[in-house]
Amino acid sequence: MIRVVLPPHLRSMARVDGEVVLEVEGAVTLRSVLDALEAAHPVLRGTIRDQATQRRRPFLRFFACQQDLSHQPPDDRLPEAVAKGVEPLVILAAIAGG
Amino acid sequence: MSKVRVLVGTRKGAFILTADGTRDDWTIDGPFFGGWEIYHIKGSPVDPNRIYTSQTSGWFGQVIQRSDDGGQTWEPVGNRFEYDGVPGTHQWYDGTQHPWEFARVWHLEPSLADPDIVYAGVEDAALFRSTDGGQTWHELSGLRRDSSGHLWQPGAGGMCLHTILLDPERPSRIFVAISAAGAFRSDDSGETWQPINRGLRSEYIPDPKAEVGHCVHRIALHPSRPQVLFMQKHWDVMRSDDAGESWYEVSGNLPSDFGFPIAVHAHEPETVYVVPIKSDQEHFPPEGKLRVYRSRTGGHEWEPLTKGLPQRDCYVNVLREAMAVDALDPCGIYFGTTGGQVYVSADSGDTWQPIVRDLPAVLSVEVQTLP
Repeated sequence: MIRVVLPPHLRSMARVDGEVVLEVEGAVTLRSVLDALEAAHPVLRGTIRDQATQRRRPFLRFFACQQDLSHQPPDDRLPEAVAKGVEPLVILAAIAGG
Repeated sequence: MSKVRVLVGTRKGAFILTADGTRDDWTIDGPFFGGWEIYHIKGSPVDPNRIYTSQTSGWFGQVIQRSDDGGQTWEPVGNRFEYDGVPGTHQWYDGTQHPWEFARVWHLEPSLADPDIVYAGVEDAALFRSTDGGQTWHELSGLRRDSSGHLWQPGAGGMCLHTILLDPERPSRIFVAISAAGAFRSDDSGETWQPINRGLRSEYIPDPKAEVGHCVHRIALHPSRPQVLFMQKHWDVMRSDDAGESWYEVSGNLPSDFGFPIAVHAHEPETVYVVPIKSDQEHFPPEGKLRVYRSRTGGHEWEPLTKGLPQRDCYVNVLREAMAVDALDPCGIYFGTTGGQVYVSADSGDTWQPIVRDLPAVLSVEVQTLP
């Protein structure tokens, strides 16, 4: 079980309250978690990463276990605590602009 | 009794304003999609309950919303806008070439015949079409390929395709306008295109009479006479009587020929409206007076319309998408401002009243006339 915290606008889009809980097959990586998230909530496609390039949108960041994982390669494993559901993967909208 | 539904896009959400045919007593619904930039909302002329919305964000990108019940409920549809083939490059601000990158949808134009067909004008400038109600989008790439796309360059607001006009007499004819490239026409349903900028003169570009490179702000036509086009350019109000083959200036006695929107009266093809803005350096009305100007002669001669509009200390702007007309008689004229006001005139511009005064900055206004 993987826990994901979405920024408020994306919670509204996905019509979810609180954390999103996902089942991820195989290695728990940014790519596999985002794949599972978009499969469960197709409306989020394109809002976190570009649909063609799969690159993270510039003003979104990925955090977990007090670490900024935004620049981690998408196929690297996420921390064990995220893979075990102890800690959530936090998708954060950067404070930028007005 | 007829009624009107005004679709307002703002910097922080969408609003729907409704009234009966008297246009006196208004109901304000919204915000829808609060916190998001709503560049455009437009309803299908075939099925007024079908409404498309462009919802964008610097954080989360582009979303397209669709309503099938007149805006009461919404469903996100397709938001995958991929340029056809290798996107290529266009002119950048410093004269170098810059890759084409999708930023957002500026304009949604539903088909005149089929509610499932809708066109999207996007930044970086390109035209997309959906034939399945917005679920999937395909670029009509002949526009960029045939029309010297590598010579286009962004205006201050980005390189956007902001105007899409569908010809009611010739269904295969489409007009579009791009800042800062100019106006273009297709006569084969968007497959091939030609620039239609002969007669435009822009002193701020290296060749003032260039085939492309003009900062066209908005084009309008009257559906009964679609070969006559009216244009508000970066500077100059222009007119074409031959579907854009040639243009001539009709700015006449306007206090400034800079501005953004232009609209044509619903029942009088020679009656045209603009909102003069002091200059491209100062995006506010001359003398702090918010004045719509009306020509009843197809240009050249303009009269200020001021009753009900602020005539002192007014420094709002009216953006290119933020003016529209209804189809009632007398014709209603509507516009929204960057100060958050939406004004209506129920008598073709003679008198004005605010429908609402304190919305976020208004990006777009469209009107549906309902039975």
